[in-house]
Amino acid sequence: MNVLPAATAKIVKYELRDVMRSRWLIAYALFFGVATDALLRFGGSGKALVSLTSVTLFIVPLVGLVFGTVYLDNAREFTELLLAQPITRRQLFSGLYLGLTLPLAGAFLAGVGIPFALHGVDDPSLYVPLLTLALVGVALSFVFTALAFVIAAWSDDRLRRMGAAIAVWLVVAVLYDGLVLVLVMLFGDYPIERPMLALMVANPVDLARVVLLLQFDMSALMGYTGAAFQQFFSGGTGTAVAAAALAIWTVAPLMLGMRAFGKRDF
Amino acid sequence: MIEIHGLAKRYGAQEVLRGLDLHVARGRVTAIVGPNGTGKTTLIKTILGLVRPDAGEVLVNGVAVSDDCAYRARIGYMPQIARFPQNLSGAELLAMLRDLRGGGGVAPAPVLDEELIASFQLAGHLGKRVGALSGGTRQKLNAVMAFLFSPELLILDEPTAGLDPVASGVFKDKILAERDGGKTLILSSHFMNELEELADDVVFLLDGTVRYSGTVDELMRRTRQANLGRAISHLMAQAVAA
Repeated sequence: MNVLPAATAKIVKYELRDVMRSRWLIAYALFFGVATDALLRFGGSGKALVSLTSVTLFIVPLVGLVFGTVYLDNAREFTELLLAQPITRRQLFSGLYLGLTLPLAGAFLAGVGIPFALHGVDDPSLYVPLLTLALVGVALSFVFTALAFVIAAWSDDRLRRMGAAIAVWLVVAVLYDGLVLVLVMLFGDYPIERPMLALMVANPVDLARVVLLLQFDMSALMGYTGAAFQQFFSGGTGTAVAAAALAIWTVAPLMLGMRAFGKRDF
Repeated sequence: MIEIHGLAKRYGAQEVLRGLDLHVARGRVTAIVGPNGTGKTTLIKTILGLVRPDAGEVLVNGVAVSDDCAYRARIGYMPQIARFPQNLSGAELLAMLRDLRGGGGVAPAPVLDEELIASFQLAGHLGKRVGALSGGTRQKLNAVMAFLFSPELLILDEPTAGLDPVASGVFKDKILAERDGGKTLILSSHFMNELEELADDVVFLLDGTVRYSGTVDELMRRTRQANLGRAISHLMAQAVAA
């Protein structure tokens, strides 16, 4: 039995071919390939992983949002043509989403995975962090292309959509951290561990960062709240909460995007 | 073939369709004309289910279009602008449509009509990336896609806008041949002499309502004008005066 409706699978198949031949996607994979390779040559597996964490947290959301927005812009007339075929909007939406997310996630995995496979991992204890990095990168690809679909449905103006994509990235990947830091400075004298945890879970990039940094035992770098995270996230519940939060972050924008796509005029 | 009752649509403050009623007859070429921004494309897109109306209903073959998507298996649509995924070839696009409309459906697989590929001499271009094709060639591909499944109903939105005179002639012959074969065609265009050549019926839209709907001959008789362009201008002048 097929997991996907036949029409969705067919759309995915052809969109994959289109996206896989895109120069941008190839450049994206190459970027991670070159960066990972260079980091491995100069620092060894452990340091490379830590540096890759920062790169992943910045680049994967940015590319998901921008590539997603540009792709959907360019596919607009084609989307119209497909909607004039005997398929439902839900099938088309699922097809477009998977056809975009799978190559992005794949390019990330290939870019990071191939250099590691070539150089080898020099410390067996790093396999779990490496796997975590891979999973987090894939999850972030899913989250931010889903957000690109929400943005695509939000406005009919090309520039406004691109502006929104970049604004979302700035907020979640750059400004949010500063905001959290300001809060810590202001309310440092109070027991703010719980609100801090909530703030971390509320932003997929921060959530991903916490999950990754805990893998490297670097929570000390995050100040004294790091201890609270250590306590919270290293237990079974914490991991479950983090995984569930990332899952919600993937599914919620997707549902939002699907709803908007269903109601929208083309 | 198509029944439309009380169709209304607004985009923000702009009322594009205001309680539009329309009947499109089977086996004829119906031209939709009217000034820019009068709702022609919105009307067409509502029939296709691309635009969701605020009020009213559209019935294609007696089935409300808001209910399902299967009715679109009988429609061929040629949009105004043809843009396809840049990195696919024309052949891949056609294969994709065949995949989507061919198997697994309730209806038997339709007979493929690839006549336009030959008459447009498109075969040599089908292997190329769509992104590398000229605008006119993409428009030809767009036309091929609309006619490919020998649909009962063809909806063509300004189809000849990007075509050269030769291709345009080929295309017009195709339209008339399809009509003679019993197909229903809806056509929007700004080229009145072209419509005069092709259309059996005319629907004149102004400000989101139907101001005239009937045969071309009847319109000519009623307005006592020499050609379709002048007859439409006459209707416009009347509407402005009223």
